[in-house]
Amino acid sequence: MKALLICEYREGALLAASYELVAFAEKLGAERAMVLIGDENAAPRVDARVYLADVKKYGEYNPELHKKIVLQAVERENPDCIVFAHSSYGWDLAPRVAAALKAGQISEIVGITDGEFEVGLCNAKLRRTVSSKSDRVVLTIQVGAFTAGESAGVPQVEKLDLSDSASLLEFAGYEPAEKKDVDLTRSEIIVSAGRGVGKKDNVPVIAALAKALGGDLGASRPVVDAGWVEHSHQVGTTGQTVSPKLYVACGISGAIQHLAGMKKSDFIVAINKDKDAPIGEIADVLVVADVLQFVPLVTAKLG
Amino acid sequence: MKLLVCIKQVPDMESRFRVNAAGTWYDETDLAWRMNEYDEYAVEQAVQLKEQLGDAPEITVLSIGPDRVVEALKKALAMGCDRAVHIQDPAAALKDPWQIASIIAAYAQDQNFDLVLAGMQSQDRGSAQVGVMVAEQLGIACTTTLVGFSYDNGTITAKRELEGGLKGVVKVRTPALVTCQLGLNTPRYPTLPNIMKAKKKEVVSIPVADLLREKELTATASAYPPAKKGGGIVLEGDLGAMADRLIGILKEKTAVVR
Repeated sequence: MKALLICEYREGALLAASYELVAFAEKLGAERAMVLIGDENAAPRVDARVYLADVKKYGEYNPELHKKIVLQAVERENPDCIVFAHSSYGWDLAPRVAAALKAGQISEIVGITDGEFEVGLCNAKLRRTVSSKSDRVVLTIQVGAFTAGESAGVPQVEKLDLSDSASLLEFAGYEPAEKKDVDLTRSEIIVSAGRGVGKKDNVPVIAALAKALGGDLGASRPVVDAGWVEHSHQVGTTGQTVSPKLYVACGISGAIQHLAGMKKSDFIVAINKDKDAPIGEIADVLVVADVLQFVPLVTAKLG
Repeated sequence: MKLLVCIKQVPDMESRFRVNAAGTWYDETDLAWRMNEYDEYAVEQAVQLKEQLGDAPEITVLSIGPDRVVEALKKALAMGCDRAVHIQDPAAALKDPWQIASIIAAYAQDQNFDLVLAGMQSQDRGSAQVGVMVAEQLGIACTTTLVGFSYDNGTITAKRELEGGLKGVVKVRTPALVTCQLGLNTPRYPTLPNIMKAKKKEVVSIPVADLLREKELTATASAYPPAKKGGGIVLEGDLGAMADRLIGILKEKTAVVR
């Protein structure tokens, strides 16, 4: 079994998720080789062959060219699986590689069970195992699902180049995140509002509990998209990744993207009227109740 | 200008899901169905582009599935799409993303769509593959995960959502395919007059056998509920008693509540 691991590089640096690919390959018991479109100085510290293409020529985001580079590495290595992080880079590039190779793709893997890959179904309310019907398979792994260890290996770098670097896409640069009015990564206590709060007018109920506990207000993505709470409060893969001493999830069912952003919290309380909500899987305490009835009671008793 | 919007009908995600008898997917009985949330943004963006260009583009909306998906197509027509294509397939749920993409590509090839829009993923399967694979099979440019879209004279300027609030700006010439992320726009609610008007719009039905040319490349081996984490305390019952109990636990187990 051989795995080709596709690293991620953004704003001049190797992303840490690249090391999670190594942890995944180890769990799979696979030999590994890696691909980086980046700078040689940023090559991952892993004992592996690393195919390096120059980011100055091929850009940090150009999936058409990056696809061709990955395909060159596939030709040289002949891997059984090609592995990406399930991220804005990985889910954009992986299906292009899969289509070019006519290989099956299995997305957002959270575990390996008896040689089959485990993924979520219906927002992780169910799970399923998926098997490949093609000789080769493209995989994307959930960020945070495979913990990376310390890495101090020495890469053997081999350079790749494309003879034709014409492309239909032009990357015009980054737009920075909106200025944060709160930095949740430093918070010791976060009380987050989810879709279960029902409407914008109810958000102060959750904010009051946050205040009574001496913590900060967080929110899940649907609440931010609906404009109930500002983006700087968003917890999850597209918001902030947090690990406070206490995390209270109010009316949050626990979509994968939210769980990935808060599951490393020391102590997790979930308040949800659905006893089977996925947030219950990781909660230390699950209170089965309507948030709008329960939260004001706790706030009053703390006051 | 010709636009194609690809939509999927999915269960309401607030439902309680059970595994089906065969153990291969979720059980469809008693579920309420709606348009995939990501696809609503794709429909809205197509309609906004039509408005921007003075009604010139024709928008075709396409869905694959059993007869119930016509409801989702009708909603898209009421939002402003011009015609609908229903690819009839009672077994669509068990086809893998590669097959679904190949069916859409088989329909779209030779029709010269200038722009294809899709959600970045479905809420049930969540593979985030179909849109990109359609573009690959059609041989057109593609970018994904849009939270910003503008169009000027054949060039799309897309803002992609990256991690941690960062965005990437990408320019691409049509023909192209884009996939839409939550928050791209504000999908409109169909008004009653538009719902009435939509009833007169064309819905073409095509049996999936006419378009299916590919075998599956992946298959679900089994579906099952997630294992519960042991050790978590579950509180149920009287609200006041639960509040006292919770505060007691927090004082005992966390260093931050006193």
